[in-house]
Amino acid sequence: MLSRTAENLYWLARYVERAEYLARTIDATLRVTALPAAYIGKTNEWDSALLTAGVAESFYQTHEEANEHNVVDYLSFSADNPSSIRNCIEAARLNSRSVRTALTSEMWDTINSAWIELQEVWSKGTSTREDLAKFLRFVQETSLRFDGSAYRTMLRNDAYWFSRLGLHLERADNTARILDVKYHVLLPEEEHVGGPLDFYQWSSILRSVSALTAYHWVYRETLKPWLVADLLILNGTLPRSLASCYDNLVRNLDQIGVAYGRQGPAQRHARGIRNRLEHSNMNDIFQHGVHEFIQEFIADNSRLGEIITKQYLI
Amino acid sequence: MAVAFDEMNIPGGDLRPAYQELARWLKETPPEALEYRRQEAELLFRRIGITFAVYGDSESTERLIPFDVIPRIMSGKEWTLLEKGLKQRVKALNMFLRDIYHGRDILRAEIVPDDLIFQNPVFRPEMNGQQVPHDVYVHIAGIDIVRVDAEDFIVLEDNARTPSGVSYMLENREIMMRLFPDLFARHRVAPVERYPDELLSALRSVAPHSASGEPTVALLTPGVYNSAYYEHSFLADKLGVELVEGRDLIVKNNEVFMRTTEGLKRVDVIYRRVDDDFIDPLTFRPDSVLGVPGLMSAYAAGNITLANAVGTGIADDKAIYSYMPDIVKFYLGEEPILKNVPTWRCREPKDLAYVLDNLSELVVKEVHGSGGYGMLIGPAATKATIEAFREKLKREPEGFIAQPTLALSTCPTCTASGLAPRHVDLRPFVLTGSKSTTIVPGGLTRVALKEGSLVVNSSQGGGTKDTWILDE
Repeated sequence: MLSRTAENLYWLARYVERAEYLARTIDATLRVTALPAAYIGKTNEWDSALLTAGVAESFYQTHEEANEHNVVDYLSFSADNPSSIRNCIEAARLNSRSVRTALTSEMWDTINSAWIELQEVWSKGTSTREDLAKFLRFVQETSLRFDGSAYRTMLRNDAYWFSRLGLHLERADNTARILDVKYHVLLPEEEHVGGPLDFYQWSSILRSVSALTAYHWVYRETLKPWLVADLLILNGTLPRSLASCYDNLVRNLDQIGVAYGRQGPAQRHARGIRNRLEHSNMNDIFQHGVHEFIQEFIADNSRLGEIITKQYLI
Repeated sequence: MAVAFDEMNIPGGDLRPAYQELARWLKETPPEALEYRRQEAELLFRRIGITFAVYGDSESTERLIPFDVIPRIMSGKEWTLLEKGLKQRVKALNMFLRDIYHGRDILRAEIVPDDLIFQNPVFRPEMNGQQVPHDVYVHIAGIDIVRVDAEDFIVLEDNARTPSGVSYMLENREIMMRLFPDLFARHRVAPVERYPDELLSALRSVAPHSASGEPTVALLTPGVYNSAYYEHSFLADKLGVELVEGRDLIVKNNEVFMRTTEGLKRVDVIYRRVDDDFIDPLTFRPDSVLGVPGLMSAYAAGNITLANAVGTGIADDKAIYSYMPDIVKFYLGEEPILKNVPTWRCREPKDLAYVLDNLSELVVKEVHGSGGYGMLIGPAATKATIEAFREKLKREPEGFIAQPTLALSTCPTCTASGLAPRHVDLRPFVLTGSKSTTIVPGGLTRVALKEGSLVVNSSQGGGTKDTWILDE
């Protein structure tokens, strides 16, 4: 297939995934900020939302302080924020248009209908909490529909595999970021582990990756930071975990390699990361430092993106 | 202006035969049901994304072309005549182009004046003496036809460069079949969905001789911001070929390749929807980023077929248009089946004088214009507009032609105040391959939605209708 087509599919999947992740982040943040002050202490959840979205720096170039109003606006609707939900959907739709021939009509319909519907939201804005909640749900549903229609209607060929690569690469990045930010920025030194603040912070992490129920199924325990980290980093049964993302990345890259009759640096690099995850345990990771571990992972993951681009997309 | 010929109603109350069933159906169908279906059709168009971009319109970069749910119907007999005339015309267009870029018999015979060719900006000296694969220049022609009475079809314009609109012909039919299955059941409408198949085999048939095995076809688009982008992606999809942009192609050793995830792949035939000017920055406009550097040398080396060929603009130029009846006679020795609109060539002083004296009666068009831009419709224009145009004409008479205001035929059309007659034209699509010329029965009917308006161009607020050719 055309390199440009593969590139567009790959980015299309990334944008849709990112939009969903942003919606979840906002949703989880709203929940925490709705708690009485005694439960959440003095931390600014909106700051952490900006950090996990990776846009804190650009936000503070035009804003003085982070509050619900301006962060929600910046993450959801701002045309100035290149990775706002709005811009993600716009970019996804533009990418879809330029690779329409590679999409199934169900996928196109999902993106195009969402874009049409969201035009209205952009123009009217969301003045009430109900509106906002509806909007966030809509974004998550769009992503589910898109993902589902890709899964159910696409031929299992390179078009599918490249779009899955985008999805899993983006997902791995998002999971890693949320872990890192929550772990190091949010938990104040003096707050003792196991207090109410701690509990709500960790439950918001899990909620933002849609894994709160999964946690209880897997561990049958109250929320514990190292178990949350274990779930999100190493547990291959959780679709958003780093391990699971890398299982998928390796599998999809292998399928491309087989179809094209050639392996390359992308396959080797992805396998390397997966092996490292497979041979790690939480004790080692904590010893090494969770922050350091995740920083290395984020760099490795983005390096994989570069290698894939070089090998196939340009 | 005379009263326009109505395609459905004969003055006095009778119906023309092809419309009888439709009229019965309209009588049974409540207006609300029609309005409901109209809205449904609009929703479908929007969801599928059948849109076009409007240049210079910052409000909305993508617009729907309004779709009218009342079909335009033509009898099989009428179509047979039209088809014959179209094939004749396109054959002559191809022979004319071959001649202009080779022997130039027609210039020596003084049928067409030299300077109309050689001083014309759309003439491409690069094509002089160049062999194009299978001698086909215009693979896809969109011929704009109007009717003024029951007997005659008149050619308004030949589009021999990159004519668009065929996706609307196909999508209009799809949507009509979805919304009005009962109406179809009552008619025998000749199908149009073979078009992509016919197009693909025509394109394959003209592959260069250096192509190996099954030739690879690609469709070249300027990209998502082009007004006809929807059509480009639609056609690539239906043809099952790659939709490429200039940056996807690369020329190496005079062969054209596309960049794929598995490396470079040779391309043999390019159905290009990029104009000559932009197709190769090394030959034409150096500032173009839409084209492919070196494409013209691959073309000269005979390693790629471009459809349509480069330089076809000289055949659809409005200055050449007035010579078409002579061109048909010269190459085919036949009387033209389709008429031309009488045309005054403003470059000729006698014609110019007449035009200047009768501006308020005439339609004046830019020789190189398209899309209904830059034209004067005398009867509908204000005094000031006419005077401004008069100055333009005097300054640059060779840039214009003039035609009488035709009473374009009308068809019943849904309007805010119920069904009403609106002016229509028709663009059938003529495909020429190495062996044969084909036309699917139908075409794109464009309709001027404003009462009394004669401008059917989508860029000027026109709409479209499904076109039915009855199989009898």
